[in-house]
Amino acid sequence: MRLDAKIPSGPLAEKWDRHRFDLKLVNPANKRKYDIIVVGTGLAGASASASLAELGYDVKTFCIQDSPRRAHSIAAQGGINAAKNYANDGDSIWRLFYDTVKGGDFRAREANVYRLAQVSSAIIDQGVAQGIPFARDYGGLLANRSFGGAQVSRTFYARGQTGQQLLLGAYNSLMRQVGTGKVKMYPRREMLELVLVNGQARGIVVRNLITGEIESHSAHAVALCTGGYGNVYFLSTNAMASNVTACYRAYKKGALFSNPCFTQIHPTCIPVHGDYQSKLTLMSESLRNDGRVWVPKNPGDKRPPKEIPEADRDYYLESKYPSFGNLVPRDVASRNAKEQCDMGKGVGDTALAVYLDFEDAINRDGKDVIAQKYGNLFQMYEKITGENPYEMPMMIYPAVHYTMGGLWVDYNLMSTIPGLFVLGEANFSDHGANRLGASALMQGLADGYFVLPYTIGGYLAAEAFQDAPIEHPAFKETTREAQARVERLLSVNGKRTVDDFHRELGHIMWEYCGMARNNDGLNKAKGMIQSLRDEFWENVKVPGSNGDFNQSLERAGRAADFLEFGELMISDALARQESCGCHLNEGFQTEENEARRDDENFCHVSCWEYAGEDKEPALHKEPLAFENVELTQRSYK
Amino acid sequence: MSKTINLTLKVWRQEGPEKKGRLETYPARDISTDMSFLEMIDVINEQLTLDGKEPIAFDHDCREGICGMCGAVVNGHAHGPEKGTTLCQLHMRHFSDGDTIVIEPWRSRAFKVVKDLVVDRSAFDEIIQVGGYISANAGGAPDGNAIPIPQSVAELAMDAAACIGCGACVAACPNASAMLFVGAKVSHLGLLPQGRPEAAKRVQSMVSRMDALGFGNCTNEAECEAACPKEISITNIARLNREFLKAKFFSPE
Repeated sequence: MRLDAKIPSGPLAEKWDRHRFDLKLVNPANKRKYDIIVVGTGLAGASASASLAELGYDVKTFCIQDSPRRAHSIAAQGGINAAKNYANDGDSIWRLFYDTVKGGDFRAREANVYRLAQVSSAIIDQGVAQGIPFARDYGGLLANRSFGGAQVSRTFYARGQTGQQLLLGAYNSLMRQVGTGKVKMYPRREMLELVLVNGQARGIVVRNLITGEIESHSAHAVALCTGGYGNVYFLSTNAMASNVTACYRAYKKGALFSNPCFTQIHPTCIPVHGDYQSKLTLMSESLRNDGRVWVPKNPGDKRPPKEIPEADRDYYLESKYPSFGNLVPRDVASRNAKEQCDMGKGVGDTALAVYLDFEDAINRDGKDVIAQKYGNLFQMYEKITGENPYEMPMMIYPAVHYTMGGLWVDYNLMSTIPGLFVLGEANFSDHGANRLGASALMQGLADGYFVLPYTIGGYLAAEAFQDAPIEHPAFKETTREAQARVERLLSVNGKRTVDDFHRELGHIMWEYCGMARNNDGLNKAKGMIQSLRDEFWENVKVPGSNGDFNQSLERAGRAADFLEFGELMISDALARQESCGCHLNEGFQTEENEARRDDENFCHVSCWEYAGEDKEPALHKEPLAFENVELTQRSYK
Repeated sequence: MSKTINLTLKVWRQEGPEKKGRLETYPARDISTDMSFLEMIDVINEQLTLDGKEPIAFDHDCREGICGMCGAVVNGHAHGPEKGTTLCQLHMRHFSDGDTIVIEPWRSRAFKVVKDLVVDRSAFDEIIQVGGYISANAGGAPDGNAIPIPQSVAELAMDAAACIGCGACVAACPNASAMLFVGAKVSHLGLLPQGRPEAAKRVQSMVSRMDALGFGNCTNEAECEAACPKEISITNIARLNREFLKAKFFSPE
């Protein structure tokens, strides 16, 4: 298969303008003749739904929660980047583009990233117009802060709730369109299958989560905005219902899945406290500005932190990376914490944590200054752990929180299935092997407000459509598939719960396909996942019935897909015999234990094509050409 | 330090909106005090599943206090006894060994029970649909700094915008009023200059939809503010009333 990314010709800075001119248009009066399905109502889905309806398309929008306002974009804390250069500190579209490409360790597409930087400013303007209460300076102008390793202040924020405010802005616009009748909203629906007619994406099959009814919905195009798959690890900072099912079902229908092994693991999260833990909570990485990370020098030292003298402490980041110290990038900080715990130097009841100590900062600056900077974070920490971080060092540990991989899309955000578009975290396109802080919100909204509304018109205007109402045999057939799967899940009636299987899968993924990977471990994990999957279909217990509100059944379907998808991640990690960004294969490290890229052999996007049940998927490669930036090696010593 | 406690749960079980509900009693043994309240229910549900019984249905998603999906009345308090805390952020260390905990769904005419602790809050979306927005299509926005907004105003708007739409205010109110929810949105948008052109229309549409959906009126009990996990102030209700009166007198529509 030849993958055509449809990157426009011409100089980088002119590509998007040229492309918008070249795209065919749908006449304003004809837009209402097209139905578009949008799945998911996070930043990408809500903004796309609202914008498409504003243009005049008829939109059908689906979400699994009881209201579109609850999608997990809402939990993003820190901020959103934009190349406004309001701070007058030398920012530009080019600099945001360059930082993002380099931050992704040169595994993203130049043209897509440049476009992202280009539209970043318009997102802020749109947000302000919607009434998003961004932080402001005393003069009433928008405030900026620096974030995630950037050397300029380009991050806009609304307290520690930037994601919430941006999502509510998009949600309000979406609700306005629901009010006008241009969007029909379907909450509490879970997409189970994609429907193809004549090779085009023409609809979806969903389960009504209240009644259990399997419903069909048809359209001229489908946009998946269903987020990331971090919950394959069971424990992550994702919401409980975040899942891979919609994307995975599209993959099984022929869409290619790109770079599934690229998962970002955030270094500063509240550690696991016990076997019953359901999710992990992120603490803003800004804490590493003043906190010092350490573990006891001697493995198994169980003394309380205050009783461990300086001589018996190991400030491992400061000693290993003297120039960056505690401020090394996320992937490096995470890997080192794991390494210390693997050596038996972890702290706390579970020994899977390291200290983040503010004692020196409090002694230096006073408690008030520290409270002013981090008060709300300290409070959140105390609420969850019951410990006071002013008195005791915090305990932190890395956690999965974002996935850079996703369905392959071309420059138009269209997958390898005509008419199937993929936006936001669900696609692979902009972050390469590592995402920078404050870039996820930017990408989700860029895709929804300013990219898809143009590119989908180009597709619709150029394509011929046959009638494909839900009575079409393709819908009947796909509905039968979905129904059969639901019935199969309910009929096993074994002895282990869904969560029990999912948790075990999470352990395997975390152990062998987490912060550091090696070929032996990956091969071993592959076998483990296969046997776990076999056991799942023989021994899972899903209570209740199909014709009902049944949360166990919902989770079972998601876990079943994760049990297949986990293996795809392992295959991808094995195929990429290099290290880059988040993907550290222990066999490919620099002398300083950093990721050693192999640009000669792996400067490409890995794209996986489904080949059938229990068959190894086929690997296709989209070569990455860097015409505007020079590939360099990162170093933090 | 973590320890374990034993509890007795009395949980509202109701198979569907038209079915009759009842309180069922479940023992909860060896509950770690480090668990969140929802993780405690997870543990009970795992056991119920293995015992061949239906697990307790309850809404939840982010489990970090921001999505607004979770919520139940715990011992008479919406989201439980801790101030400014969603149910998912309530931890078991706030309970003692031997406690009996009564868990019920939100109760309001406008929020029908779907199953067990799950209620239908689509009425909130319906209220937002009729005016809880600023009409600004993508593409035409002026530069973000075109209209300076005093920091104090932006902060006040943000205080109101922090609402997570969980419905605890309605559950806590003896009249099942949605005035705090509506007041927060009317304040958030009305305080900002961008929100003024539609302010009069917004407040009238939202209030009339709120009434039509069966929410009660405000009688200044202030239970909503006490129960709100985001500590949204009832001054937002006062602002709602002022906006409403102003609109009725000066811009009848």
